[in-house]
Amino acid sequence: MAAADEASRPFAGLSDVSISEDIPVEGDISVPMGSSRRDDEFSTLDEPVKETILRDLRAVGNKFIHVLYPKRSSALLRDWDLWGPLLLCVTLALLLQGGSADSDDQGGPQFAEVFVIIWFGSIIITLNSKLLGGTISFFQSLCVLGYCIMPLTVAMAVCRIVLVGGSGPVSFGVRLVVVTASFGWSTFASTAFLADSQPANRKALVVYPVFLFYFVIGWMVLTFSPAQ
Amino acid sequence: MASANDPFQFQEFEEAASLLEADRDATTITIDDEDTKAEKQRIAAGFIPDGDDEDRLASDDKTELLSGQKKSAPFWTFEYYQQFFDIETHHVRERIIGSMVPWPRKNFIHVYLRRNPDLYGPFWICTTLVFAIAISGNISTFLGKLGKPNYKYTPEFGKVTIAATAIFSYAWLVPLALWGFLLWRNNKAMNLVTYSFMEIICVYGYSLAIYIPAVVLWILPYEWLRWCSIMVALCLSGSVLVMTFWPAVRDDHPKMIIATMSAIVVLNTLLAVGCKVYFFSKPETLIPVEHAPAAEPFIV
Repeated sequence: MAAADEASRPFAGLSDVSISEDIPVEGDISVPMGSSRRDDEFSTLDEPVKETILRDLRAVGNKFIHVLYPKRSSALLRDWDLWGPLLLCVTLALLLQGGSADSDDQGGPQFAEVFVIIWFGSIIITLNSKLLGGTISFFQSLCVLGYCIMPLTVAMAVCRIVLVGGSGPVSFGVRLVVVTASFGWSTFASTAFLADSQPANRKALVVYPVFLFYFVIGWMVLTFSPAQ
Repeated sequence: MASANDPFQFQEFEEAASLLEADRDATTITIDDEDTKAEKQRIAAGFIPDGDDEDRLASDDKTELLSGQKKSAPFWTFEYYQQFFDIETHHVRERIIGSMVPWPRKNFIHVYLRRNPDLYGPFWICTTLVFAIAISGNISTFLGKLGKPNYKYTPEFGKVTIAATAIFSYAWLVPLALWGFLLWRNNKAMNLVTYSFMEIICVYGYSLAIYIPAVVLWILPYEWLRWCSIMVALCLSGSVLVMTFWPAVRDDHPKMIIATMSAIVVLNTLLAVGCKVYFFSKPETLIPVEHAPAAEPFIV
């Protein structure tokens, strides 16, 4: 205690100093509890793998629903991903196999040809849209074009089921109706997302290649003939 | 360059424009590139290629200035290629119609392109034509062989590659050869009208537009209809090409004129007839092949 007295003596004069009243010295020193919780949300390193996969699957499924009911929303554009287009492309290419292509070389498209047409077609349409001065980014456009193949993939599955029943004129008529409807749906859905990014005097220039792209894919779906 | 202060004082280049502003009668020396020099020579010599020269000259002055500003991006940047897509929907529509309807006094390049050649039209017209030929050929083969017992439908997807190779090489290599040839003749004989490479590609691309409806017509299996439509399409697109390139070669040696024009027409014909023969088989030739094996057992 004597040492404390000695220590406080050089500072004894300080206790007489008065602090003027008009400088507010007050505050609250407390650590907000929320910040550490937010850090936990952003760090997804500790979560189970199932949750990681499910989150991506939920995002993909959400975009499928946006394609089913196309309205001018920006969800497809904001959080683009290419998982959905890859899944649809592989499914479509697999469904187009098993045709009459095994015996002769003048058959349907091979697996690689379907891949090349879908991906290179999408890239060329995206380049075309950007060269014409579109405001959409490269991968956003690829995402939209890939997701809008979904109606045609569904039509392909329906066509294969119809072909199991027979391949006469009736089944051809049914397939024609289904493919035409899904082709129209695909084109309408993708232009609902893409047309807003172009000035009004160039909209038709951007929509026509999309129309041609889905027309060619629809043609591939329609002319699929099963091996007899 | 005139200067009020000191005629021997070296004038910086940037001051030339402002000096000219101040004194419009001052003598100036301008060094142009080849296109504008050819343009001015043509105007000075009194050659007036077509009837629309009044507003063409007015817009040419503005487009000369604009074209000087347009071509500043180096060719490895995205902006360089963006200048070839600087068109609107109605421009493309007008150019397609202009390529199908040859007008005697209207030169396609001068009237429709107006120093703004685009790559959108040639590329997408070629792509559409490729798929139109492949699909129409497939449909016509199917309709021709319908009812034959041992025919199994195949989509014949490999033919798309062949069609693409043929049409894209016609639409890009022939303009390259023609441009090189015109450049060589321009050095030998002073032709006063020169076309840039992009303009020639544009003309060739748009001239293929007439074949798209012709190819769709070929689905119907009537030979007279196919030959009629091929003749009409050849005449229209060939005459547009000939009328476009006439001003570029008419000051040349007569033999060269005939050689160039006939080469243009012959290549066009070869493409059309070749596509028809390869993709659209005649229905009559299939009958002897189909029935010959069946006829043999009856000879016993």
